[in-house]
Amino acid sequence: MAFDSFSAFIAMEGHGPYVWTCYGVFFVLMVGLMAWSRRRRSATMAACRRNYERQERGQQRAARPAATFTRVEVSQD
Amino acid sequence: MWQFFHKLGSPKWFYGIATRLMPWLLVAGVLLLLAGIVWGLAFAPKDYLQGNSYRIIFIHVPTAFLAQSVYIMMAVAAVVTLVWRMKLADVFVKAVAPVGLVLTFLALFTGAVWGKPTWGTWWIWDARLTSMLILLFLYGGVIALDRAINDEKSAARAVAVLVLVGVVNIPIIKYSVEWWNTLHQPATFKLTEKPSMPAEMWVPLLLAVLGLYLIFGWLACLRMQTEILVREQRTRWVKDLVMAGRF
Repeated sequence: MAFDSFSAFIAMEGHGPYVWTCYGVFFVLMVGLMAWSRRRRSATMAACRRNYERQERGQQRAARPAATFTRVEVSQD
Repeated sequence: MWQFFHKLGSPKWFYGIATRLMPWLLVAGVLLLLAGIVWGLAFAPKDYLQGNSYRIIFIHVPTAFLAQSVYIMMAVAAVVTLVWRMKLADVFVKAVAPVGLVLTFLALFTGAVWGKPTWGTWWIWDARLTSMLILLFLYGGVIALDRAINDEKSAARAVAVLVLVGVVNIPIIKYSVEWWNTLHQPATFKLTEKPSMPAEMWVPLLLAVLGLYLIFGWLACLRMQTEILVREQRTRWVKDLVMAGRF
């Protein structure tokens, strides 16, 4: 250890605020960047999935006839 | 060799390789970076001249180093985009530009906070600091230009040209501390010489640089995968992958 106590470690002989600001900003931005990048991939996956499902529903609807015709027997009297 | 090159250009092949590589990159990167930082913060001896403020070096040098090497990698990818029209090269440029932006910002920010107790000022318009600020604008420009052009192929070419024009800035950053009078200290690591600091200082620094490199590798894989999904969503393999739900 380069420091005698934990409080000396935090104070860093007066340079603590500078050192800890740097490390704080570094961790916030790096973790933020990593989390954001991960979320973007899952969001893209989810969006693709919704697209495919919508397309498949569209195809099923196209396969099913839009209206049905039934022959109506009309008396010829 | 050529077959390997050809495969490397295939988004599907790359996606699979990236998925397998990523856990290793992340675990090794985080461990190395944390080891370097903890060692540097708590165990490395203090600098006889700068006192404890020098401990900022353990994140300042890795971010500044990466910020420049990411730009060089982007420039290589830009050449590949222009000459061979390889899709993955363009995917790489777009995926890593925001990472480069964040790293450059961190290098500037930690540098400013380190400058205050060491030089007595947050900022000075000298060669090293200004050329680094230009690098930040270059990253911003690449991102903005890519967003501004809708057509994928024109965007790829325009971005590649911008990246290549901006690459002149890299030797200026590198040699600014030697060519001009500057407050900034000379490079910590040189390929040709032993570091001038004791091993208890440069070994943790080297660990942090390597760790951040691996984390960058993880980020690049992840963000390239995202870009590939967007571009290849009409292909069969992406549909199979997405519907199988193996995220």
